[in-house]
Amino acid sequence: MERAKTITRRRVLAAGTAGIMGAALPIAGQNADQAARPKVPADPTKVQGPLATDVGGRSPFERPRRVSFSDRRTSSLSPLQDLDGIITPSDLHFERHHGGVPAIDPRQYTLLIHGLVDRPLVFTLEDLRRFPGRSIIRFMECSGNGGRAYRREGNQTDVTPQQIDGLTSTSEWTGVPLATLFREVGASPKAKWFLAEGSDAAVMTRSIPIEKAFDDALIAYGQNGEPLRPEQGYPARLFLPGVEGNASVKWLRRIELADQPFMTREETSKYTDPLPDGTARIFSLDMDAKSLITEPSFPDQLTGPGWWEIRGLAWTGRGRITRVDISADGGRTWQPATLDDPVLPKCHTRFRLPWQWKGGEATLMSRATDETGYTQPTLDVLMAARGPSTAYHFNHIRAWKVNPDGTVKFAGGGA
Amino acid sequence: MKAWGLRLVACGLPLFLVVAVTAQTQRSQPRFGIGRPATPDEIKAIDIDVMPDGRGLPPGRGTVQEGASLYAQKCQSCHGVNGQGASAERLVDRESGKNWDFAINPKLVKTVGNYWPYATTLFDYTSRAMPFMQPGTLAPNETYALVAYILALNKIVAEDAVMDPATLPKVVMPSRDKFVIDNRKGGKVIK
Repeated sequence: MERAKTITRRRVLAAGTAGIMGAALPIAGQNADQAARPKVPADPTKVQGPLATDVGGRSPFERPRRVSFSDRRTSSLSPLQDLDGIITPSDLHFERHHGGVPAIDPRQYTLLIHGLVDRPLVFTLEDLRRFPGRSIIRFMECSGNGGRAYRREGNQTDVTPQQIDGLTSTSEWTGVPLATLFREVGASPKAKWFLAEGSDAAVMTRSIPIEKAFDDALIAYGQNGEPLRPEQGYPARLFLPGVEGNASVKWLRRIELADQPFMTREETSKYTDPLPDGTARIFSLDMDAKSLITEPSFPDQLTGPGWWEIRGLAWTGRGRITRVDISADGGRTWQPATLDDPVLPKCHTRFRLPWQWKGGEATLMSRATDETGYTQPTLDVLMAARGPSTAYHFNHIRAWKVNPDGTVKFAGGGA
Repeated sequence: MKAWGLRLVACGLPLFLVVAVTAQTQRSQPRFGIGRPATPDEIKAIDIDVMPDGRGLPPGRGTVQEGASLYAQKCQSCHGVNGQGASAERLVDRESGKNWDFAINPKLVKTVGNYWPYATTLFDYTSRAMPFMQPGTLAPNETYALVAYILALNKIVAEDAVMDPATLPKVVMPSRDKFVIDNRKGGKVIK
């Protein structure tokens, strides 16, 4: 019952005040939400339902939506508070692009690999699919994700997990290991870096250390059992597990192997991290361990004291999450959460902890630890290391404040 | 005959798997023979990147003055007069941020003059992705001229500078030595 109410609040928030499903204006005795609800038979056991369809859709009662920071939609955020488990539905995977989403005919598609190689080769999509393939379930996160929590302009409280951290998603990615292609072209031992270049209007480029190619880089053509979505790089993209999303260049048209990095605009002027000592990290590729409670969160309202399950996601770019601890008292005491199977490397991991709400004020926090022994820091600790106006990699502990009336508000780092 | 054929298939399958597994673990051979050789012309057609040492720069040249006029036509509507920024980012400002307190001063705006470590990056990016509504349409001479103009506005090159494949890689940007390798490796210490 409470859950249904919660979902209603979320859907209304996502759909805005205009209602959903093109529903009629409210009639006498109805509020806007009731009028907007899809019509269904009073008793579904007394009427035959619709038959099979070519392509399925969501229940009309479920309206998860990506949202953007501004009207100029160069990115969109996954609705983390609406998701269960660890897989992000492909149409809800976050987006970030710098020149829009290009339209590419898969029959015209080619990938060129050249530079410090024995044999520069051109691969069609069919060629890529012929190589021995691999499927891996891995998260992808934009390294700018969570900047809103770190800077917390105006101490915003009425923000959802999606608005704070929606630039992270998890998919099953299918493709050919880049190592296989590098062996095919005969990568020179002199090659230390490779350039990945997209065929969007930004002709996006990033330089990647060659070790990543021989570790776990993938040229992906599949996502969650189907071809990549256009906004995820159709028909083929680079996928670098555990690494900041921008480096996984989409709509991949060219890879060049070289003895040094290319120093592209993104990896120098954008995706670098200023430090308080007057320097900036460059090629800060790995994503640090992070977690976020997605339920309860804004705009939920707990309908009464009693048992509630605290749920959320944890992930790290360095191996597996080994534990997630939960605090309901603003970080004074911590309890280990349960981690749902599977706990995969470089992948969203679902955590849960039943919690008895006494009806008073409570501050909920989650804290992830990964297999390197790294534990998600507090905001103060991270800010001391990085400075208040650093850019990228904002993985500090997040807090939600539960008020006596059951409303839940974002509380930044909790302090 | 039939039995023999089956035996061949039975032997052949594991053999194929062995080849594939070996390919996963070795950096060199064997190859699958998939893909076709790339011709020099088709590589040249899309090999547009420029490296910090100047490799990849096309023939051509451009002056600050030529750049000023091109900028007014093609860039100013988004990047503002004198590169001061408008709907698109600010390009010019060498003074603010010269102490490199970007991590502690949220008011600082990163520009070509105070942040970009390599002048070649400006050529590469302008050439591949600008102007925003006509990406990739600038001729090499136009790109050299625009780069010269932006660098001159930032007081990094002189007003009479000429940018070409020889001069551009020699430009030393103010922030060239500010970038450090990533020392985060996980573990207990927060860096």
